Amino acid sequence: MIGIYLIVAFSLALALFLNRSKTIAFILLGLFLVLQGALTIHAYLNLHAVELSYFTYDSLAVLLLGALGIVVIPAVIHSHIYLEDQPAPPQSRAIYYGAYVLLLSAISAGYLSNHIAVTWIFTEITTLSASALIYHHRNKLALEGTWKYVFICAISITFVFIGILFLSLSLEHAGSDDLSFKNLLANSSQLNPFWLRLAFLFIFTGFTAKLGLVPMFTAGIDAKDKAPAPAGALLSSVLVNLGFVGIFRFYIVVANTPLHHWANLVISIAAFLSVFIATVYMIKVKNIKRMFAYSGLEHMGLVMLGVAAGGIGYYAAVLHIILHTFVKSSLFFQFTQLYRVFQNKSIYHVGNYFKYNTAGAMVLLLGFISATAMPPSGLFVSEFLIFRSMFEAHQIILLVAVLLLLTMIIWAFGKNTMKMLFIPPVEFDDSNVPVISPWESATQFCLLAIAVYLGLNPPAEFVQLLKESVMLLPK
Amino acid sequence: MIDVLLITFIITLFYMAIANRMLTYLKVLAFQGVLLFVVVFLQLQEINPLNLALILLETIVFKSVAVPLFMAYVLKRNNITRESEPFLPNFVSLIITTFIVVVTILLANEVKDAKLDKIFFVVALSSLFTGLYFIATRRKIITHVIGYLIIENGVFVLSLAVGNEMPMLVNLGIMLDIFASVLILGIFLNKIGDVFKDVDVNQLSSLKDY
Repeated sequence: MIGIYLIVAFSLALALFLNRSKTIAFILLGLFLVLQGALTIHAYLNLHAVELSYFTYDSLAVLLLGALGIVVIPAVIHSHIYLEDQPAPPQSRAIYYGAYVLLLSAISAGYLSNHIAVTWIFTEITTLSASALIYHHRNKLALEGTWKYVFICAISITFVFIGILFLSLSLEHAGSDDLSFKNLLANSSQLNPFWLRLAFLFIFTGFTAKLGLVPMFTAGIDAKDKAPAPAGALLSSVLVNLGFVGIFRFYIVVANTPLHHWANLVISIAAFLSVFIATVYMIKVKNIKRMFAYSGLEHMGLVMLGVAAGGIGYYAAVLHIILHTFVKSSLFFQFTQLYRVFQNKSIYHVGNYFKYNTAGAMVLLLGFISATAMPPSGLFVSEFLIFRSMFEAHQIILLVAVLLLLTMIIWAFGKNTMKMLFIPPVEFDDSNVPVISPWESATQFCLLAIAVYLGLNPPAEFVQLLKESVMLLPK
Repeated sequence: MIDVLLITFIITLFYMAIANRMLTYLKVLAFQGVLLFVVVFLQLQEINPLNLALILLETIVFKSVAVPLFMAYVLKRNNITRESEPFLPNFVSLIITTFIVVVTILLANEVKDAKLDKIFFVVALSSLFTGLYFIATRRKIITHVIGYLIIENGVFVLSLAVGNEMPMLVNLGIMLDIFASVLILGIFLNKIGDVFKDVDVNQLSSLKDY
């Protein structure tokens, strides 16, 4: 199935790239959605099966693939609305859709790969396709954002490759040369600690460019800002998950060696710095999309704190990253409507949103409640579990510091959101504000509702998958 | 013999530190590609046609012909001046590069591992750090790409030092990815040349948070 998926998806991407007709693009995108759905269902039905020897349908991959399968439907709808509203020449439209499908299929294959070098290859393809999406507007700022993103990702991906080389040196001491995660785990007790340490540092640093964590987060923020919002939604949700998969699968190997505590220390430092930097920028930031991007930085910091704390934290981290996918993408989709009303990204020039688009304003309000993890948001449950795991791991000082920073983030996020919703903007001429159909917000409500449902009342199968995905970690 | 070649590789790094003209950089990169080919060729235990073709493609065709020609085209198309315009004088660059090499030698001596060929390790790490140093201290965007290519060459040497054969398919994927990333960097560099007056990093500072 994965072979068919990759061939069909890549040919669809190529066809979309060459095609100039809107109707045919519609049909091709529809086909891709069907294909994506088929892969997700096939993956769930064939849990733990191995295909083409480099792809395994394991629990973590199935969970993330499911999240991607849900997000991709509104993503395509909003891309269509976006391109209708801001007409692009047929060529840019074709490049946009081609890159969109290529990005999504590379991410799906990256989730499923069971070999660290194969994950590497698909991560690199995501950089290439994302660069086409970020450059969609073809202006100076988009060019600057794209250049920074491509360059930093190219360096980071080289770091991951260096890490893989060190890892294979480390594995040589165990008398083996198969770099699949399964084999690494089987030989984890005999890995050479010196090389493993170097490998972990390089691989972790490299994947943070995709995960959006300190130290390589900067390019991602610019990219999410400059990319069209329906593409930014993918960059800050499903692509982030690919970075998480890269780090998490390798972390499972390291956690089964004596280096477990050292790795936790490294992750904790990066995670705490992420939350700290997110706080500093959230207070200062005036660009709405960048604010959402920094909120993503904060959430990834929390996820990695959960991983570093261990225990229930592993479960909470995976739950958190899935719920975050729905919430953050819904906020980015909402931004396209907000921009159509105000034609501006700056918080100063946006306000009184309830008056112009009630349904959209409700999404923004509920999205804010979800993203700051207030009940009844599903993220409340996962964040609560992360804090509990930190408490149980006796990281009290760290926990207090993080909670203080989070309070500041909630304050800054809340202040900006309330301004956008209720306070009239300066010098805004509302004589020709477009009327936005409430139906356009329907998918965003659905995404937020899914996040609440999965957080508060998770189905048994979902919990089972979550438990299985962290099963290999030491207690 | 391999040692002599690798030492020559380090000398090319020194030469790059004091070189002034952009074309010199490209010539040195091409030369490094040839050096790498000879090193790999001497290391081969058995000559397998497919393997040899792959290595030829990776080193000679890609590293010493395609990329330098492509970069020369980018240089010409965007009317980039021939001077590299470093932030620091060449003398300081030379000293820093020497310092990097000395530190990596000391570092490699600390590593007690029979499975690792130390000279490969030294060369790989020095070109990695020299590449990063290049990126940090040159003003032109194209020199950043050249720094990235130096890092890539270093990584190639490191992969020789590890000597662990990855499956052919994986190897091919990695090679194609690196090639594609250089190509895409070049394409965007051309765009930058079209949009901005000067192809200079100072132009790229308008994305801000407030």
